[in-house]
Amino acid sequence: MQQSLRVFPSTAEFAPPSVLVEQARIARRKAESASRGLGLTIRGLRKAFGDNEVLRGIDLHIPAGQFVAIVGRSGCGKSTLLRLIAGLETPGDGTISFGESARAEDIRVMFQEPRLLPWARVLDNVEVGLGRNRGLSDANARAEAALAEVGLRDKRAQWPYVLSGGQKQRVALARALVSNPRVLAFDEPLGALDALTRISMQRLLERVWHDQSFTAILVTHDVAEAVALADRVVVIEDGRIAHDVAVDIARPRRRGAADLAALEGTILRHLLSGNDADA
Amino acid sequence: MSVVERLPRVRTVRGSVIGGLVPWLLPIAIIAIWQVACATGYVSARVLPAPSDVLLAAWKSLRSGELQQNIWVSFWRAAVGFLIGGGIGFALGLANGLSQLSDRLTDTTLQMIRNVPHLAMIPLVILWFGIDEAAKLFLVALGVFFPIYLNTLHGIRTVDPQLIEMGRIYGMGRGELFRRVIFPSALPSIFVGLRFALGIMWLTLIVAETIAASSGLGYMAMQAREFMLIDVVVLSILIYALLGKLADSASRALERLTLSWHPAFQK
Ligand SMILES: Nc1ncnc2c1ncn2[C@@H]1O[C@H](COP(=O)(O)OP(=O)(O)O)[C@@H](O)[C@H]1O
Ligand SMILES: [Mg+2]
Repeated sequence: MQQSLRVFPSTAEFAPPSVLVEQARIARRKAESASRGLGLTIRGLRKAFGDNEVLRGIDLHIPAGQFVAIVGRSGCGKSTLLRLIAGLETPGDGTISFGESARAEDIRVMFQEPRLLPWARVLDNVEVGLGRNRGLSDANARAEAALAEVGLRDKRAQWPYVLSGGQKQRVALARALVSNPRVLAFDEPLGALDALTRISMQRLLERVWHDQSFTAILVTHDVAEAVALADRVVVIEDGRIAHDVAVDIARPRRRGAADLAALEGTILRHLLSGNDADA
Repeated sequence: MSVVERLPRVRTVRGSVIGGLVPWLLPIAIIAIWQVACATGYVSARVLPAPSDVLLAAWKSLRSGELQQNIWVSFWRAAVGFLIGGGIGFALGLANGLSQLSDRLTDTTLQMIRNVPHLAMIPLVILWFGIDEAAKLFLVALGVFFPIYLNTLHGIRTVDPQLIEMGRIYGMGRGELFRRVIFPSALPSIFVGLRFALGIMWLTLIVAETIAASSGLGYMAMQAREFMLIDVVVLSILIYALLGKLADSASRALERLTLSWHPAFQK
Protein backbone atom coordinates (compact mmCIF):
# COMPACT_ATOMS: atom_id res chain seq x y z
CA MET A 1 0.00 0.00 0.00
CA GLN A 2 2.61 2.54 1.00
CA GLN A 3 6.00 1.00 0.49
CA SER A 4 6.31 1.63 -3.25
CA LEU A 5 5.43 5.30 -3.14
CA ARG A 6 8.05 7.84 -2.28
CA VAL A 7 8.66 11.46 -3.07
CA PHE A 8 8.44 12.40 -6.74
CA PRO A 9 9.41 15.96 -7.59
CA SER A 10 6.67 17.13 -9.92
CA THR A 11 9.09 18.95 -12.23
CA ALA A 12 10.69 15.77 -13.54
CA GLU A 13 7.78 13.60 -14.58
CA PHE A 14 9.60 12.18 -17.62
CA ALA A 15 12.68 10.64 -16.03
CA PRO A 16 12.50 6.93 -15.11
CA PRO A 17 10.89 6.53 -11.68
CA SER A 18 13.79 4.64 -10.10
CA VAL A 19 16.15 7.53 -10.78
CA LEU A 20 13.62 9.96 -9.40
CA VAL A 21 13.12 8.01 -6.21
CA GLU A 22 16.85 7.93 -5.61
CA GLN A 23 17.21 11.66 -6.32
CA ALA A 24 14.34 12.40 -4.01
CA ARG A 25 15.90 10.35 -1.24
CA ILE A 26 19.19 12.16 -1.58
CA ALA A 27 17.43 15.51 -1.60
CA ARG A 28 15.50 14.51 1.48
CA ARG A 29 18.63 13.44 3.38
CA LYS A 30 20.20 16.80 2.64
CA ALA A 31 17.12 18.60 3.82
CA GLU A 32 17.02 16.43 6.91
CA SER A 33 20.55 16.99 8.00
CA ALA A 34 19.57 20.65 8.20
CA SER A 35 16.49 19.96 10.31
CA ARG A 36 16.51 16.91 12.50
CA GLY A 37 14.40 16.22 15.51
CA LEU A 38 14.28 18.67 18.34
CA GLY A 39 14.91 17.59 21.94
CA LEU A 40 12.74 18.92 24.72
CA THR A 41 12.95 19.27 28.45
CA ILE A 42 9.98 19.57 30.78
CA ARG A 43 10.57 20.77 34.32
CA GLY A 44 8.08 20.85 37.19
CA LEU A 45 5.14 21.12 34.83
CA ARG A 46 1.77 21.63 36.52
CA LYS A 47 -1.67 22.22 35.14
CA ALA A 48 -5.03 22.50 36.86
CA PHE A 49 -8.51 23.11 35.51
CA GLY A 50 -10.28 24.84 38.39
CA ASP A 51 -9.93 22.51 41.38
CA ASN A 52 -8.98 19.62 39.18
CA GLU A 53 -5.20 19.26 39.44
CA VAL A 54 -4.43 17.29 36.32
CA LEU A 55 -0.65 17.46 36.14
CA ARG A 56 1.20 17.73 39.45
CA GLY A 57 4.83 18.17 38.53
CA ILE A 58 6.04 16.44 35.38
CA ASP A 59 9.79 16.19 34.80
CA LEU A 60 10.76 14.67 31.49
CA HIS A 61 13.64 14.98 29.07
CA ILE A 62 13.13 13.72 25.54
CA PRO A 63 16.33 13.56 23.44
CA ALA A 64 16.15 14.71 19.82
CA GLY A 65 14.74 12.08 17.50
CA GLN A 66 13.44 9.77 20.21
CA PHE A 67 10.10 7.97 19.86
CA VAL A 68 8.33 8.25 23.21
CA ALA A 69 4.98 6.69 24.04
CA ILE A 70 2.87 8.09 26.86
CA VAL A 71 0.37 5.72 28.45
CA GLY A 72 -1.95 6.03 31.40
CA ARG A 73 -5.54 5.61 32.41
CA SER A 74 -8.23 7.61 30.72
CA GLY A 75 -8.44 11.10 32.20
CA CYS A 76 -4.95 11.02 33.71
CA GLY A 77 -3.85 14.05 31.72
CA LYS A 78 -2.10 12.58 28.67
CA SER A 79 -3.87 14.88 26.23
CA THR A 80 -3.31 17.84 28.53
CA LEU A 81 0.43 17.11 28.56
CA LEU A 82 0.48 16.87 24.78
CA ARG A 83 -1.50 20.08 24.38
CA LEU A 84 0.92 21.85 26.69
CA ILE A 85 3.87 20.62 24.62
CA ALA A 86 2.14 21.81 21.45
CA GLY A 87 1.46 25.21 23.01
CA LEU A 88 -2.33 24.79 22.94
CA GLU A 89 -2.58 25.27 26.72
CA THR A 90 -0.56 27.46 29.03
CA PRO A 91 1.24 25.76 31.93
CA GLY A 92 0.07 26.51 35.46
CA ASP A 93 3.66 26.20 36.58
CA GLY A 94 6.94 24.83 35.27
CA THR A 95 8.62 25.05 31.89
CA ILE A 96 8.85 23.30 28.57
CA SER A 97 11.96 24.12 26.62
CA PHE A 98 13.11 22.89 23.25
CA GLY A 99 16.75 22.22 22.40
CA GLU A 100 16.93 25.17 20.03
CA SER A 101 14.50 27.93 19.32
CA ALA A 102 11.49 26.27 17.70
CA ARG A 103 9.37 27.86 15.00
CA ALA A 104 5.62 27.24 14.93
CA GLU A 105 5.92 24.86 11.98
CA ASP A 106 8.54 22.78 13.81
CA ILE A 107 5.95 21.33 16.17
CA ARG A 108 2.91 19.55 14.80
CA VAL A 109 0.05 17.65 16.42
CA MET A 110 -2.14 14.88 15.12
CA PHE A 111 -5.40 14.18 16.90
CA GLN A 112 -7.71 11.21 17.16
CA GLU A 113 -10.07 12.99 14.76
CA PRO A 114 -8.53 13.79 11.38
CA ARG A 115 -9.86 17.37 11.52
CA LEU A 116 -9.80 17.75 7.74
CA LEU A 117 -11.66 20.64 6.15
CA PRO A 118 -14.62 18.90 4.48
CA TRP A 119 -14.88 21.66 1.87
CA ALA A 120 -11.25 21.44 0.75
CA ARG A 121 -9.95 18.73 -1.56
CA VAL A 122 -7.36 16.34 -0.19
CA LEU A 123 -4.40 18.21 -1.67
CA ASP A 124 -5.65 21.56 -0.35
CA ASN A 125 -6.05 20.01 3.08
CA VAL A 126 -2.42 18.94 3.00
CA GLU A 127 -1.36 22.43 1.89
CA VAL A 128 -2.94 23.83 5.05
CA GLY A 129 -0.07 22.12 6.89
CA LEU A 130 2.48 24.45 5.32
CA GLY A 131 1.44 27.18 7.73
CA ARG A 132 2.71 30.56 6.63
CA ASN A 133 4.38 29.03 3.58
CA ARG A 134 1.02 28.13 2.03
CA GLY A 135 1.33 30.93 -0.49
CA LEU A 136 4.78 29.98 -1.84
CA SER A 137 5.09 28.65 -5.37
CA ASP A 138 6.34 25.22 -4.31
CA ALA A 139 3.38 24.67 -1.94
CA ASN A 140 1.64 22.39 -4.42
CA ALA A 141 4.67 20.24 -5.07
CA ARG A 142 5.42 19.88 -1.37
CA ALA A 143 1.85 18.88 -0.60
CA GLU A 144 1.95 16.28 -3.40
CA ALA A 145 5.20 14.89 -2.04
CA ALA A 146 3.70 14.57 1.44
CA LEU A 147 0.66 12.81 0.01
CA ALA A 148 2.91 10.40 -1.87
CA GLU A 149 4.70 9.76 1.41
CA VAL A 150 1.50 8.40 2.95
CA GLY A 151 0.50 6.57 -0.24
CA LEU A 152 -2.47 8.73 -1.19
CA ARG A 153 -1.21 10.60 -4.21
CA ASP A 154 -4.07 9.33 -6.37
CA LYS A 155 -6.62 10.78 -3.96
CA ARG A 156 -5.40 14.35 -4.23
CA ALA A 157 -8.46 15.70 -6.05
CA GLN A 158 -11.04 13.92 -3.85
CA TRP A 159 -13.32 15.43 -1.23
CA PRO A 160 -12.57 14.13 2.27
CA TYR A 161 -15.98 12.52 2.70
CA VAL A 162 -15.19 9.80 0.15
CA LEU A 163 -12.15 8.62 2.15
CA SER A 164 -12.21 5.84 4.72
CA GLY A 165 -11.29 6.57 8.34
CA GLY A 166 -7.75 5.27 7.85
CA GLN A 167 -7.27 7.30 4.68
CA LYS A 168 -8.46 10.45 6.42
CA GLN A 169 -5.88 9.90 9.15
CA ARG A 170 -3.22 9.44 6.49
CA VAL A 171 -4.20 12.77 4.94
CA ALA A 172 -3.98 14.33 8.41
CA LEU A 173 -0.52 12.75 8.76
CA ALA A 174 0.54 14.19 5.40
CA ARG A 175 -0.69 17.60 6.55
CA ALA A 176 1.37 17.29 9.72
CA LEU A 177 4.45 16.12 7.79
CA VAL A 178 4.39 18.64 4.96
CA SER A 179 6.17 21.37 6.92
CA ASN A 180 8.98 18.93 7.89
CA PRO A 181 8.28 19.24 11.62
CA ARG A 182 10.97 18.48 14.16
CA VAL A 183 8.55 17.38 16.87
CA LEU A 184 5.42 15.45 16.02
CA ALA A 185 2.91 14.83 18.81
CA PHE A 186 0.20 12.21 18.33
CA ASP A 187 -2.90 12.11 20.54
CA GLU A 188 -4.31 8.61 20.11
CA PRO A 189 -4.28 9.05 16.32
CA LEU A 190 -5.24 5.44 15.69
CA GLY A 191 -7.82 5.15 18.45
CA ALA A 192 -10.81 5.18 16.12
CA LEU A 193 -9.46 2.74 13.52
CA ASP A 194 -10.17 -0.96 13.08
CA ALA A 195 -7.48 -3.49 14.01
CA LEU A 196 -6.04 -4.09 10.54
CA THR A 197 -5.98 -0.41 9.58
CA ARG A 198 -4.33 0.31 12.93
CA ILE A 199 -1.50 -2.08 12.19
CA SER A 200 -0.81 -0.66 8.75
CA MET A 201 -0.99 2.88 10.18
CA GLN A 202 1.48 1.90 12.92
CA ARG A 203 3.90 0.70 10.24
CA LEU A 204 3.40 3.94 8.36
CA LEU A 205 4.09 6.01 11.48
CA GLU A 206 7.23 4.04 12.21
CA ARG A 207 8.40 4.42 8.62
CA VAL A 208 7.92 8.18 8.39
CA TRP A 209 9.54 8.62 11.79
CA HIS A 210 12.49 6.55 10.60
CA ASP A 211 12.75 8.44 7.29
CA GLN A 212 12.33 11.94 8.67
CA SER A 213 13.83 11.45 12.14
CA PHE A 214 11.61 13.91 13.98
CA THR A 215 11.03 13.57 17.69
CA ALA A 216 7.81 11.56 18.12
CA ILE A 217 5.54 11.74 21.17
CA LEU A 218 2.70 9.26 20.95
CA VAL A 219 -0.15 9.22 23.42
CA THR A 220 -1.96 5.91 23.31
CA HIS A 221 -4.14 3.73 25.51
CA ASP A 222 -2.87 0.64 23.72
CA VAL A 223 0.21 -0.68 25.53
CA ALA A 224 0.95 -3.16 22.72
CA GLU A 225 1.09 -0.24 20.30
CA ALA A 226 3.37 1.67 22.67
CA VAL A 227 5.94 -1.12 22.97
CA ALA A 228 5.75 -1.93 19.26
CA LEU A 229 6.58 1.62 18.17
CA ALA A 230 8.41 3.48 20.91
CA ASP A 231 11.99 3.66 22.18
CA ARG A 232 10.58 4.42 25.60
CA VAL A 233 7.26 4.18 27.37
CA VAL A 234 6.28 6.73 30.00
CA VAL A 235 3.45 5.85 32.40
CA ILE A 236 1.51 8.74 33.94
CA GLU A 237 -0.36 8.30 37.19
CA ASP A 238 -1.83 10.82 39.57
CA GLY A 239 -0.46 13.67 37.52
CA ARG A 240 3.13 12.46 37.74
CA ILE A 241 5.40 10.15 35.81
CA ALA A 242 5.08 6.83 37.64
CA HIS A 243 7.25 4.69 35.38
CA ASP A 244 9.72 5.32 32.61
CA VAL A 245 10.47 2.11 30.71
CA ALA A 246 13.08 1.81 27.96
CA VAL A 247 12.15 -0.46 25.07
CA ASP A 248 15.52 -1.86 24.03
CA ILE A 249 14.24 -4.14 21.33
CA ALA A 250 15.80 -3.95 17.88
CA ARG A 251 13.77 -2.76 14.91
CA PRO A 252 12.09 -3.94 12.80
CA ARG A 253 10.07 -5.45 15.62
CA ARG A 254 8.00 -8.52 15.02
CA ARG A 255 4.43 -8.20 16.15
CA GLY A 256 3.59 -10.80 18.78
CA ALA A 257 7.26 -11.53 19.58
CA ALA A 258 7.88 -12.86 23.09
CA ASP A 259 10.08 -9.99 24.32
CA LEU A 260 7.50 -7.40 23.23
CA ALA A 261 4.74 -9.34 24.95
CA ALA A 262 6.77 -9.61 28.15
CA LEU A 263 7.41 -5.88 28.23
CA GLU A 264 3.76 -5.20 27.50
CA GLY A 265 2.83 -7.41 30.46
CA THR A 266 5.18 -5.52 32.78
CA ILE A 267 3.75 -2.13 31.79
CA LEU A 268 0.17 -3.38 32.06
CA ARG A 269 0.92 -4.61 35.58
CA HIS A 270 2.25 -1.16 36.48
CA LEU A 271 -0.94 0.40 35.16
CA LEU A 272 -3.23 -2.04 36.93
CA SER A 273 -1.45 -1.86 40.29
CA GLY A 274 -1.81 1.91 40.20
CA ASN A 275 -5.48 1.37 39.52
CA ASP A 276 -5.91 -0.98 42.53
CA ALA A 277 -4.12 1.37 44.87
CA ASP A 278 -6.59 4.08 43.89
CA ALA A 279 -9.68 1.92 44.23
CA MET B 1 -16.43 1.26 -0.41
CA SER B 2 -18.76 -0.83 -2.56
CA VAL B 3 -21.82 1.08 -1.42
CA VAL B 4 -20.15 4.35 -2.31
CA GLU B 5 -19.32 3.06 -5.75
CA ARG B 6 -22.81 1.83 -6.45
CA LEU B 7 -24.50 5.11 -5.56
CA PRO B 8 -23.56 7.10 -8.69
CA ARG B 9 -25.09 4.44 -10.95
CA VAL B 10 -28.47 4.79 -9.24
CA ARG B 11 -28.16 8.52 -9.70
CA THR B 12 -27.41 8.35 -13.44
CA VAL B 13 -30.74 6.60 -14.00
CA ARG B 14 -32.46 9.38 -12.15
CA GLY B 15 -30.42 11.97 -13.99
CA SER B 16 -31.37 10.77 -17.48
CA VAL B 17 -33.97 12.52 -19.68
CA ILE B 18 -36.81 10.29 -18.57
CA GLY B 19 -35.73 10.68 -14.96
CA GLY B 20 -35.78 14.45 -15.38
CA LEU B 21 -39.41 14.38 -16.45
CA VAL B 22 -40.65 12.48 -13.40
CA PRO B 23 -41.23 15.53 -11.16
CA TRP B 24 -43.33 17.13 -13.92
CA LEU B 25 -45.71 14.21 -14.40
CA LEU B 26 -48.00 15.21 -11.55
CA PRO B 27 -48.41 18.90 -12.50
CA ILE B 28 -49.06 17.92 -16.13
CA ALA B 29 -51.66 15.37 -15.06
CA ILE B 30 -53.37 17.91 -12.81
CA ILE B 31 -53.56 20.47 -15.62
CA ALA B 32 -54.95 17.82 -17.99
CA ILE B 33 -57.66 16.78 -15.52
CA TRP B 34 -58.43 20.44 -14.83
CA GLN B 35 -58.84 21.11 -18.56
CA VAL B 36 -61.12 18.11 -19.03
CA ALA B 37 -63.22 19.01 -15.98
CA CYS B 38 -63.76 22.54 -17.31
CA ALA B 39 -64.42 21.45 -20.91
CA THR B 40 -67.10 18.96 -19.83
CA GLY B 41 -68.75 21.60 -17.67
CA TYR B 42 -68.09 19.61 -14.51
CA VAL B 43 -66.47 22.75 -13.07
CA SER B 44 -68.20 26.04 -13.81
CA ALA B 45 -66.08 28.68 -15.57
CA ARG B 46 -67.17 31.14 -12.88
CA VAL B 47 -65.47 29.04 -10.21
CA LEU B 48 -62.35 28.09 -12.12
CA PRO B 49 -61.45 29.00 -15.72
CA ALA B 50 -59.99 26.28 -17.94
CA PRO B 51 -56.19 26.26 -18.34
CA SER B 52 -56.70 27.23 -21.96
CA ASP B 53 -58.61 30.34 -20.88
CA VAL B 54 -55.83 31.25 -18.49
CA LEU B 55 -53.34 30.89 -21.34
CA LEU B 56 -55.53 33.09 -23.48
CA ALA B 57 -55.65 35.72 -20.74
CA ALA B 58 -51.87 35.53 -20.48
CA TRP B 59 -51.55 36.02 -24.23
CA LYS B 60 -53.85 39.04 -24.23
CA SER B 61 -52.08 40.58 -21.29
CA LEU B 62 -48.71 39.97 -22.94
CA ARG B 63 -49.92 41.61 -26.17
CA SER B 64 -50.92 44.74 -24.30
CA GLY B 65 -47.57 44.73 -22.45
CA GLU B 66 -49.36 44.84 -19.11
CA LEU B 67 -48.17 41.44 -17.94
CA GLN B 68 -44.45 42.05 -18.56
CA GLN B 69 -44.77 45.43 -16.87
CA ASN B 70 -46.38 43.94 -13.74
CA ILE B 71 -44.00 40.99 -13.54
CA TRP B 72 -41.05 43.33 -13.86
CA VAL B 73 -42.35 45.64 -11.13
CA SER B 74 -42.97 42.74 -8.76
CA PHE B 75 -39.62 41.15 -9.55
CA TRP B 76 -37.82 44.43 -8.96
CA ARG B 77 -39.51 44.92 -5.58
CA ALA B 78 -38.70 41.35 -4.56
CA ALA B 79 -35.07 41.61 -5.62
CA VAL B 80 -34.33 45.01 -4.11
CA GLY B 81 -36.17 44.25 -0.85
CA PHE B 82 -34.35 40.93 -0.65
CA LEU B 83 -30.94 42.49 -1.23
CA ILE B 84 -31.49 45.15 1.42
CA GLY B 85 -33.00 42.90 4.10
CA GLY B 86 -30.83 39.91 3.28
CA GLY B 87 -27.70 42.03 3.13
CA ILE B 88 -28.32 43.58 6.54
CA GLY B 89 -29.31 40.21 8.00
CA PHE B 90 -26.19 38.56 6.64
CA ALA B 91 -23.93 41.34 7.88
CA LEU B 92 -25.45 41.32 11.36
CA GLY B 93 -25.38 37.53 11.47
CA LEU B 94 -21.67 37.58 10.67
CA ALA B 95 -20.97 40.38 13.13
CA ASN B 96 -22.86 38.75 15.99
CA GLY B 97 -21.40 35.34 15.25
CA LEU B 98 -17.85 36.67 15.25
CA SER B 99 -17.94 39.44 17.83
CA GLN B 100 -19.19 39.04 21.38
CA LEU B 101 -19.58 42.76 21.78
CA SER B 102 -21.79 43.13 18.73
CA ASP B 103 -23.80 40.10 19.83
CA ARG B 104 -24.44 41.44 23.32
CA LEU B 105 -25.28 44.84 21.91
CA THR B 106 -27.88 43.79 19.33
CA ASP B 107 -29.05 40.20 19.69
CA THR B 108 -31.62 40.71 22.47
CA THR B 109 -33.19 43.62 20.60
CA LEU B 110 -33.36 41.64 17.40
CA GLN B 111 -34.90 38.63 19.12
CA MET B 112 -37.59 40.95 20.51
CA ILE B 113 -38.40 42.43 17.12
CA ARG B 114 -38.48 38.94 15.67
CA ASN B 115 -41.55 38.13 17.72
CA VAL B 116 -43.58 40.77 15.90
CA PRO B 117 -45.06 39.21 12.73
CA HIS B 118 -43.78 41.55 10.05
CA LEU B 119 -47.14 41.61 8.23
CA ALA B 120 -48.69 43.07 11.38
CA MET B 121 -46.67 46.17 10.55
CA ILE B 122 -48.68 46.84 7.37
CA PRO B 123 -51.03 49.51 8.84
CA LEU B 124 -48.07 51.32 10.34
CA VAL B 125 -46.06 50.99 7.15
CA ILE B 126 -48.93 52.45 5.11
CA LEU B 127 -49.11 55.37 7.52
CA TRP B 128 -45.39 55.92 7.18
CA PHE B 129 -44.88 55.39 3.47
CA GLY B 130 -48.38 55.48 1.94
CA ILE B 131 -48.58 53.02 -0.94
CA ASP B 132 -45.19 54.13 -2.14
CA GLU B 133 -42.48 51.74 -3.37
CA ALA B 134 -40.72 52.22 -0.05
CA ALA B 135 -43.61 50.52 1.77
CA LYS B 136 -43.21 47.29 -0.22
CA LEU B 137 -39.42 47.33 -0.04
CA PHE B 138 -39.53 47.89 3.71
CA LEU B 139 -41.90 44.97 4.28
CA VAL B 140 -39.96 42.57 2.05
CA ALA B 141 -36.67 43.59 3.62
CA LEU B 142 -38.07 43.14 7.12
CA GLY B 143 -39.51 39.72 6.27
CA VAL B 144 -36.33 38.50 4.63
CA PHE B 145 -34.02 39.85 7.32
CA PHE B 146 -34.76 37.35 10.09
CA PRO B 147 -34.33 33.99 8.37
CA ILE B 148 -31.03 35.18 6.90
CA TYR B 149 -29.85 36.72 10.16
CA LEU B 150 -30.77 33.75 12.33
CA ASN B 151 -29.34 31.10 10.03
CA THR B 152 -26.12 32.98 9.35
CA LEU B 153 -25.65 33.42 13.09
CA HIS B 154 -26.47 29.78 13.76
CA GLY B 155 -24.07 28.64 11.03
CA ILE B 156 -21.21 30.63 12.49
CA ARG B 157 -21.91 29.63 16.07
CA THR B 158 -21.93 25.94 15.25
CA VAL B 159 -18.56 25.82 13.49
CA ASP B 160 -16.64 22.82 14.82
CA PRO B 161 -14.24 24.22 17.45
CA GLN B 162 -11.81 21.42 16.65
CA LEU B 163 -11.49 22.76 13.11
CA ILE B 164 -10.91 26.25 14.41
CA GLU B 165 -8.21 24.94 16.71
CA MET B 166 -6.70 23.07 13.77
CA GLY B 167 -6.66 26.31 11.76
CA ARG B 168 -4.94 28.15 14.59
CA ILE B 169 -2.34 25.41 14.98
CA TYR B 170 -1.52 25.70 11.30
CA GLY B 171 -0.98 29.42 11.60
CA MET B 172 -4.18 30.85 10.11
CA GLY B 173 -4.81 34.49 10.96
CA ARG B 174 -8.29 35.89 11.56
CA GLY B 175 -9.02 36.59 7.91
CA GLU B 176 -7.79 33.25 6.68
CA LEU B 177 -9.61 31.41 9.47
CA PHE B 178 -12.83 33.10 8.37
CA ARG B 179 -12.28 32.43 4.69
CA ARG B 180 -11.05 28.85 4.95
CA VAL B 181 -12.88 27.51 8.01
CA ILE B 182 -15.72 29.61 9.42
CA PHE B 183 -17.51 30.79 6.29
CA PRO B 184 -17.50 27.49 4.37
CA SER B 185 -18.70 25.75 7.50
CA ALA B 186 -21.59 28.20 7.93
CA LEU B 187 -22.59 28.05 4.28
CA PRO B 188 -25.09 25.15 4.45
CA SER B 189 -26.93 26.95 7.24
CA ILE B 190 -26.84 30.23 5.33
CA PHE B 191 -28.48 28.46 2.40
CA VAL B 192 -31.26 27.19 4.65
CA GLY B 193 -31.88 30.82 5.61
CA LEU B 194 -31.78 31.86 1.97
CA ARG B 195 -34.47 29.34 0.99
CA PHE B 196 -36.70 30.35 3.89
CA ALA B 197 -36.19 34.00 3.00
CA LEU B 198 -37.16 33.45 -0.63
CA GLY B 199 -40.48 31.95 0.47
CA ILE B 200 -41.16 34.83 2.84
CA MET B 201 -40.13 37.31 0.16
CA TRP B 202 -42.91 36.23 -2.25
CA LEU B 203 -45.49 35.90 0.50
CA THR B 204 -44.77 39.39 1.79
CA LEU B 205 -44.86 40.85 -1.66
CA ILE B 206 -48.20 39.26 -2.53
CA VAL B 207 -49.79 40.57 0.63
CA ALA B 208 -48.28 44.03 0.29
CA GLU B 209 -49.22 44.36 -3.36
CA THR B 210 -52.74 43.17 -2.73
CA ILE B 211 -53.31 45.70 0.02
CA ALA B 212 -51.26 48.70 -0.96
CA ALA B 213 -50.09 49.02 -4.54
CA SER B 214 -50.92 50.54 -7.88
CA SER B 215 -48.87 48.11 -9.98
CA GLY B 216 -47.42 44.65 -9.81
CA LEU B 217 -48.84 41.16 -9.89
CA GLY B 218 -50.80 41.46 -6.65
CA TYR B 219 -52.38 44.66 -7.87
CA MET B 220 -53.19 42.99 -11.19
CA ALA B 221 -55.01 40.21 -9.33
CA MET B 222 -56.98 42.65 -7.18
CA GLN B 223 -58.03 44.71 -10.19
CA ALA B 224 -59.12 41.59 -12.03
CA ARG B 225 -61.20 40.59 -9.02
CA GLU B 226 -63.05 43.89 -9.16
CA PHE B 227 -63.93 43.33 -12.80
CA MET B 228 -64.71 39.64 -12.18
CA LEU B 229 -61.89 38.55 -14.54
CA ILE B 230 -61.32 35.20 -12.85
CA ASP B 231 -58.92 34.01 -15.56
CA VAL B 232 -56.56 36.91 -14.81
CA VAL B 233 -56.82 36.21 -11.08
CA VAL B 234 -55.78 32.60 -11.65
CA LEU B 235 -53.08 33.75 -14.05
CA SER B 236 -51.45 35.99 -11.47
CA ILE B 237 -51.57 33.25 -8.85
CA LEU B 238 -49.87 30.85 -11.27
CA ILE B 239 -47.19 33.40 -12.08
CA TYR B 240 -46.46 33.83 -8.40
CA ALA B 241 -46.09 30.07 -8.10
CA LEU B 242 -43.79 30.01 -11.12
CA LEU B 243 -41.61 32.85 -9.84
CA GLY B 244 -41.39 31.18 -6.44
CA LYS B 245 -40.32 27.92 -8.06
CA LEU B 246 -37.77 29.78 -10.17
CA ALA B 247 -36.22 31.45 -7.14
CA ASP B 248 -36.09 28.13 -5.34
CA SER B 249 -34.45 26.39 -8.31
CA ALA B 250 -31.88 29.15 -8.58
CA SER B 251 -30.94 28.84 -4.92
CA ARG B 252 -30.77 25.06 -5.22
CA ALA B 253 -28.46 25.34 -8.21
CA LEU B 254 -26.24 27.74 -6.29
CA GLU B 255 -26.27 25.34 -3.37
CA ARG B 256 -25.22 22.39 -5.52
CA LEU B 257 -22.47 24.49 -7.03
CA THR B 258 -20.98 25.71 -3.76
CA LEU B 259 -21.66 22.66 -1.58
CA SER B 260 -20.25 20.02 -3.91
CA TRP B 261 -18.02 18.91 -1.04
CA HIS B 262 -21.07 17.93 1.01
CA PRO B 263 -22.20 14.30 0.73
CA ALA B 264 -25.84 15.45 0.73
CA PHE B 265 -25.38 17.55 -2.41
CA GLN B 266 -23.95 15.08 -4.87
CA LYS B 267 -25.51 15.16 -8.34
N1 LIG C 1 -10.27 22.36 28.83
C1 LIG C 1 -10.54 21.68 29.98
N2 LIG C 1 -11.31 22.24 30.91
C2 LIG C 1 -11.58 21.57 32.07
N3 LIG C 1 -11.13 20.34 32.36
C3 LIG C 1 -10.35 19.72 31.44
C4 LIG C 1 -10.03 20.36 30.21
N4 LIG C 1 -9.25 19.52 29.50
C5 LIG C 1 -9.10 18.41 30.25
N5 LIG C 1 -9.76 18.52 31.42
C6 LIG C 1 -9.78 17.53 32.50
O1 LIG C 1 -8.47 17.13 32.73
C7 LIG C 1 -8.42 15.75 32.98
C8 LIG C 1 -7.42 15.11 32.05
O2 LIG C 1 -7.93 15.17 30.74
P1 LIG C 1 -7.09 14.61 29.50
O3 LIG C 1 -5.76 15.23 29.48
O4 LIG C 1 -7.93 14.79 28.31
O5 LIG C 1 -6.96 13.05 29.85
P2 LIG C 1 -6.49 11.84 28.95
O6 LIG C 1 -6.12 12.36 27.62
O7 LIG C 1 -5.36 11.23 29.68
O8 LIG C 1 -7.64 10.89 28.87
C9 LIG C 1 -9.82 15.22 32.86
O9 LIG C 1 -10.35 15.08 34.15
C10 LIG C 1 -10.53 16.29 32.11
O10 LIG C 1 -11.87 16.34 32.52
MG1 LIG D 1 -6.97 12.11 25.73
